[in-house]
Amino acid sequence: MATVADAHHDHHDHHPTGIIRWITTTNHKDIGTLYLLFSFVMFLVGGAMAMVIRAELFQPGLQIVDPHFFNQLTTVHALVMVFGAIMPGMVGFANWMLPIMIGAPDMALPRLNNWSFWILPFAATLLISSFFTGGGAPAGGWTLYPPLTVQGGMGVDLTIFAVHMLGISSVLGAINVIVTIFNMRAPGMGFMKMPLFVWTWLITAFLLIAVMPVFAGAVTMLLTDRHFGTAFFNPAGGGDPVLFQHIFWFFGHPEVYIMILPAFGIISAIIPTFARKPLFGYTSMVLAVTGIAFLSFIVWAHHMFTVGMPLVGEIYFMYATMLIAVPTGVKVFNWVATMWRGSMTFETPMLFAVGFVVLFTIGGLSGLMLGITPADFQYHDTYFVVAHFHYVLFSGSAMGMMGGVYYWLPKWTGHMYDEKLGKWHFWLTAIFFNITFFPQHFLGLAGMPRRIPDYALQFTEFNVISSIGAFGLGLSQLLFGYIVYKCVKQGVQATSEVWDNPEGLEWTLPSPPPYHTFQTPPVIK
Amino acid sequence: MLRFNKLPTVLSVLAASLLVATPVSAEWGLNLPTPVTPIGEEILGLHNLILLICVIIFLGVFSVMFYSVYAHRKSKQHQAAQFSHSTFAEILWTVIPVLILIGMAIPATATLINMEDTAEADLTVKVTGYQWKWHYDYIDSGISFYSNLGTDRAEILNQKDKGENYLLEVDTELVLPVGRKIRFLVTANDVIHSWWIPEFAVKKDAIPGYINEIWTRIDKPGVYRGQCAELCGKDHGFMPIVVRALPEQEFDAWVTEHTPKGDQAEATPAAPVGAALIASNADTTGGAGELASAAQ
Repeated sequence: MATVADAHHDHHDHHPTGIIRWITTTNHKDIGTLYLLFSFVMFLVGGAMAMVIRAELFQPGLQIVDPHFFNQLTTVHALVMVFGAIMPGMVGFANWMLPIMIGAPDMALPRLNNWSFWILPFAATLLISSFFTGGGAPAGGWTLYPPLTVQGGMGVDLTIFAVHMLGISSVLGAINVIVTIFNMRAPGMGFMKMPLFVWTWLITAFLLIAVMPVFAGAVTMLLTDRHFGTAFFNPAGGGDPVLFQHIFWFFGHPEVYIMILPAFGIISAIIPTFARKPLFGYTSMVLAVTGIAFLSFIVWAHHMFTVGMPLVGEIYFMYATMLIAVPTGVKVFNWVATMWRGSMTFETPMLFAVGFVVLFTIGGLSGLMLGITPADFQYHDTYFVVAHFHYVLFSGSAMGMMGGVYYWLPKWTGHMYDEKLGKWHFWLTAIFFNITFFPQHFLGLAGMPRRIPDYALQFTEFNVISSIGAFGLGLSQLLFGYIVYKCVKQGVQATSEVWDNPEGLEWTLPSPPPYHTFQTPPVIK
Repeated sequence: MLRFNKLPTVLSVLAASLLVATPVSAEWGLNLPTPVTPIGEEILGLHNLILLICVIIFLGVFSVMFYSVYAHRKSKQHQAAQFSHSTFAEILWTVIPVLILIGMAIPATATLINMEDTAEADLTVKVTGYQWKWHYDYIDSGISFYSNLGTDRAEILNQKDKGENYLLEVDTELVLPVGRKIRFLVTANDVIHSWWIPEFAVKKDAIPGYINEIWTRIDKPGVYRGQCAELCGKDHGFMPIVVRALPEQEFDAWVTEHTPKGDQAEATPAAPVGAALIASNADTTGGAGELASAAQ
């Protein structure tokens, strides 16, 4: 099998070297690497902001930053993590793995692929540079609610343009994913034979195309409200501030699944490998992902129960939201059933996968609680929400990606990572993550609102614990960078299978795979 | 055993969060505060019920998983089975969650309907959010005043010891009667705020151009403290809400004493909703920059 990719040393291989290679590359592996590196850099940038936030919250009183700058940090931390770290990270996985997993030579639209990546550094620069404008970065929360965001300075405009560019990048990437999966599957690779990661990305791509333009529209309306005399969201001009929230969350809720579905795919690849057992309930997994994607479009207003919706609306959005628990539950049960009666080992990717299932489920259950409208009135806009979305975004999306990196890194680089350090990274991350975010559930229930730079004395103890956890969590991620660096530079040679008889076309290729793979389609049994 | 040694910690904290509805857990700040309104009681009961169900589901699913992690490992020479589906199990774990959800939805819907019934109020208070203070109008008696943060700035800047109610004290408290149905009309004059008293389980967004309704009936005299719950700019963390709930006679006496006489009605008339928005737009984030420069 490993011979499939070796025989092709034609003119395509005479590509430029050095920096020009990375700027002009149309190779899905190069672009995947660029996306992943960009994601990690943004992860550290957003993480650094979180460190300042937690340092300020370490004690009551104002110590390090003033309240306005604090608001800028919480806003840009979220924007950087969502649009800079998580989404590009997932696209990195898509670039590296989708063509290989479906037996295609590359993405269907390679030049578009290059462009969708190279938009990102400029968009991120625009976003970060908003800190250096008069009035600073946007300080109205990543949700950019008017009228507060209308009050901001030029930093808000830079952010709006950054969002436009990020949106273009995402939509182009999504088009590429869909075209690739629809057209480039190897003969015999039917839809129901695709690895689950391919399925989750296919659905994610449709979500992206459906909602990123909606978000672009919303921020454009903000822009014209700010500068061109429109009053979409200004009640004094006949507009409606709540309209923005509806548009935002019509984008924002599918966005949540855009960030988590590919992680579901990664976990569904890792668990069968280390349980030495096929994925349980493949068909129901596909149906569950599709069901979650559909439901994500009809539940948006559960983010805004307190705006004063009609009773019927509140009841509808409560019921629809609760329904999401059903397909999500199916996924968790299927992962557990995959592990059941397997023959498990616990290398780093598996540790991250098991950690993902447990911790993501905590976030899922607190999400169910938040969906119960009357109870949500107490949780809304408190640290309970902050805890909830970090359980789904950090221990969900981010830890899912970390597991994926350890799983495929030997394939990508041809070198094994340091298993002992990898395990250290997992345990430090998992433990510090819980120290950081579990107490925030209690803070929220006790009545601490989110997005405040200073707090009443009754919240002190849990904030101290949370800050200590956050510093540990932040430092542990530097170890991650070191492990990857060490793997690339001095890891021992990996075999083509890497793991114990794993399933999937990627393991039929040498480690690292040649620059061009599957120029002749593989045979699918 | 190093592996999963964090699990007992996680589970014990989860279990701790089960010890609900007791004054002890309220003091430790592990659960929602002890409510003083009928709706608050209902919501606490609902919250405890859902939390309990979630914890049971969590323990159930993950005791199975961790048994598997313990028993079905290669190091114990466990041979991998090769099954990959079971229609029975899959139907079972789709149907059972649906039933559980229906069980949660019924009491939740009942509470929700009750919460939204603002009819037949004994007293109406209009609450207006400003950057960064609250304004209260007693519609029936014409009493009207602003309520600002009462904490000394030196405490915020760590130049002075912080008092017991640090950041949760105001210059003028909102005075309300116990035992009467109070209707709040909640709005805002510049950006969106949210009026929240945890002990009442009342949280409603104050939105310019909107008048939202919410009601409460306080059972117990006392002082109750809350905060703005929607990010509203620089001093979002510094616009608390303090309610003093008085027995009915004392409240009536307070109203009589404070009701404006004759034509000197409102000392500080509130601007019409939304009208001040344009003005505040011009006044960008620099705002009333007292705290902005505070931390430097």
